Amino acid sequence: MALLQISEPGRSDVPHERRLAAGIDLGTTNSLIATVRSGIAETLPDAAGNHLLPSVVRYFPDRPPVVGIEAIEAAVVDPLNTIASVKRLMGRGIADIQRIGNRLPYEFDEGDTGVPRIRTSGGVRTPVEVSADILRVLKDRAEAALGGLLTGVVITVPAYFDDAQRQATKDAARLAGLKVFRLLNEPTAAAVAYGLDRKTESVFVVYDLGGGTFDVSVLRLTQGVFEVMATAGDSALGGDDMDATIARWLLEGRAGSVDPGPGEVRGLLRVARQARERLTLEEAVEIRLEGTGVTRTLTRHELNTLIDPLIERTLGPCRRVLRDAGLVLPQIAEVVVVGGATRMPRVREKVAEFFGRPPLTDIDPDRVVAIGAALQADVLAGNKPDAEMLLLDVIPLSLGIEMMGGLVERLIPRNSTIPVAKAQEFTTFKDGQVAMAIHVVQGERELASDCRSLARFELRGIPPLPAGAGRVRVTFQVDADGLLSVSARELTTGIESQVVVKPSYGLTDDEIERMLRESLEFAHEDVAARTLREQQVAADRLLQAVAAALVADLDLLVPGERETIEHAMGALTQARAQTDPEAIRKAIAVLDRVTQGFAARRMDAGVRRAVAGRHVEEFEP
Amino acid sequence: MPITLTEVAAERVQRFLKGRGKGEGLRLGVRSTGCSGKAYVLEFVDQANPEDLVFESQGVRVFVDPKSLVYLDGTELDYGKEGLNEGFRFNNPNVKGQCGCGESFSV
Repeated sequence: MALLQISEPGRSDVPHERRLAAGIDLGTTNSLIATVRSGIAETLPDAAGNHLLPSVVRYFPDRPPVVGIEAIEAAVVDPLNTIASVKRLMGRGIADIQRIGNRLPYEFDEGDTGVPRIRTSGGVRTPVEVSADILRVLKDRAEAALGGLLTGVVITVPAYFDDAQRQATKDAARLAGLKVFRLLNEPTAAAVAYGLDRKTESVFVVYDLGGGTFDVSVLRLTQGVFEVMATAGDSALGGDDMDATIARWLLEGRAGSVDPGPGEVRGLLRVARQARERLTLEEAVEIRLEGTGVTRTLTRHELNTLIDPLIERTLGPCRRVLRDAGLVLPQIAEVVVVGGATRMPRVREKVAEFFGRPPLTDIDPDRVVAIGAALQADVLAGNKPDAEMLLLDVIPLSLGIEMMGGLVERLIPRNSTIPVAKAQEFTTFKDGQVAMAIHVVQGERELASDCRSLARFELRGIPPLPAGAGRVRVTFQVDADGLLSVSARELTTGIESQVVVKPSYGLTDDEIERMLRESLEFAHEDVAARTLREQQVAADRLLQAVAAALVADLDLLVPGERETIEHAMGALTQARAQTDPEAIRKAIAVLDRVTQGFAARRMDAGVRRAVAGRHVEEFEP
Repeated sequence: MPITLTEVAAERVQRFLKGRGKGEGLRLGVRSTGCSGKAYVLEFVDQANPEDLVFESQGVRVFVDPKSLVYLDGTELDYGKEGLNEGFRFNNPNVKGQCGCGESFSV
C-alpha cells in the first residue's frame, strides 16, 4: 500500500493529488536533490545511498547517456564524450567559450545560433541538454523516492548568474520535464536552510568553498526578502586545488624524480583527497603510495601548512565583498559555510578568525543549498499553512520609457527582484504642451530604437504651462507574476492614464540572450549615441526657448543684439544637424552667452510686470 | 481497541516532531474521498479538538476524532521503505478493499 507522510494540520492531500516539490542544487562538480517530508527537509540518496550526484555525463553512440560516478570513472578513457563542469558553459556564447576553451577538452561545433555545441559520440549536445540529462537523473530519483510525479522544483544558481545563464538553467529544467517554480540564488538558499529568513532585518555572509569554485556573498534581509548586496570569488579555487597540493607533497617524498604518468596522478589525487577528508576528524593519517612501498604520515598540522596559502586566497574576495557592500565586520549577523571543503577544521578556523565569529555549520555544507531550495519549493507548492517566505524573482531586462531624442530612461534596472514599483517625475518639453506620449521599452541599450517596444500610451489633458512646468509622475509596477503596469499622472490636475503589459511577452529566450549580448557589444557606441542625442535635445530646447523669447519680448532687445542672437541660433542649428556632440555643446554655449543680457532684461521685466500696481508693503514678510 | 504505533513509526514521529519544533502529537483520521471511498489523514497536531480521543503509544500521543475511530479501531501505524520511497503505513484490520495505489480504501 501507499506510504504516507505527515502533513501540517489541515493540509492532508486528496489522494493522487499530492503536491510533490523538490529543491535542486545543480552544481559545477556535484548536484543534489532534496525534499520536505513530514516537515523535515532532507536530500535524497540514490539506490546505493549516495546523496551527491557528480555533475558528469558520458554519451554513447548506441545507448542513453550515463550520469554520475559511472561517468566520472570513464572521464579518463573517454574524455571527449564525458562532459564535466558543464555549468561553466551555461548561457555562454561561442566567444566566451573560446576564452576559457583552452582548458576544456571538448570539441565545439559552431551552430548557427551562437550557442556552443559539444560534439560527442552520442551526437551534438548543447550545455543546456547536458544539464537536462543531469536534472533528469535527479528527477527520476526524487519521483522514485516520493512515489509520485514532481509538481515543481526550485533550482539554485550562483548569485552572479546573468539572465542568459538563468534562462539556460530554466531551459534545461524544461527539457528534463521539470516545472521550475523559481530559481533561487545559492547563498540565499543556504541562508533559508538555516532559517535566517525568519530573522529580523540583518546582513549575512555566505562563504562557499566547493570542489572547484569559491564564492562569497553578502546578503541583506529586508522584510523577508533577501537581496544580494555583493558577490566575489575565484572560479578556479576549491578542494581540488588542495588535493593537488597534497599530491605534490606526496611526489616530493617519492624516490626518484620521474614525472608521474596520468594514471599515477589520478591515483595520487585520490589518496590526497582521502587523506584530506580523514584529517577532518583525525590528527594524522598514514598514506601508502601504491606500487612504491613508500608510506608517509601527514599530520593535520602539516596539512594546514600546505593548504594555508589556498585558504588565504579566499580571504581577498571576502575583504572585497565587505568593501563592495560598504560594510564593516560588526554589521554581519551570521556567517554560513557551504561546500565540502568547509568541513575542514582549518577552513572553519580561518573563516571564524576573519569574520570574528564562528560560522554556522550544523547543516552538512554539501547539502545546505539543496535543503534551502527544498524548503522554498515546499512553500511554493502550497504545502505550508501560510506563505512563510516572500517570493524572490528578478526581471530579466531593464524597463524604462523613451524620452525626448529617443533616449531611454530606465526606471527598473534588470535583476530587480519582483514585485517591485518605481516612480519618476518627468516634465513637459514644450511651452503649452497638453499631452505626453509614454513609450514603454525593455532592454539594456541607450536608444529606445534598439530596445524592445512594449507599449505606447498617451496622457492627455495636461494644463498648458511653460516648458518644464508641467510635471508627470510615471509609475512602473511589476507584480509577482512579472506583469508590468505603467501609469502616468499629471501632478497639478491629477489626471491619469495607464496600460498593462507583460514584459517578457513574445520574447524568446534566444532574443533575451541576444539583447543582453548586444548591450555589451554596443556599450561603447551606445554611450556615444547617447551623448549626441543629449546634446541635440539640449540644442532643441534652447532654440525653442530663444525663438519664443524673441517673439514675446522683441522690444527688450538692444540694437544689434537680435542679429548676434540669430547668428548664434543659425550656428547651433547647423551644428545640431551634424553628429559631433562637442560642436553642438560649443554652439549651445555661444548662444547661451549671447542671450544672457536679453534673458536678464526679460527677467527684470517679468518681475516689474508682476509687482506693477502693488505696494512695497505687500512684499514685506 | 487502541490505536498503536510500531517502534520504528514512533521513532520517526518523534524525530519529525523534534525537527518541526512544535506539536502535541499525531492525528490519525479518515475522510471520505478517493477512488475507493475513504482516505487516511496523517497530520501533526498543534491543538487538539475537544471531542478527540487520545491514545498514547511508544511515547507518542495519537489524536483521533470519534467518527474516524469507527474506521481505524485497532489500527497499527508502521513505517517502512519500498525501494527509494519511505513513509508511514496503516495496518488497518477494518479494511476490506483498497484502490490499486492504497491511498484510499473501503470498509
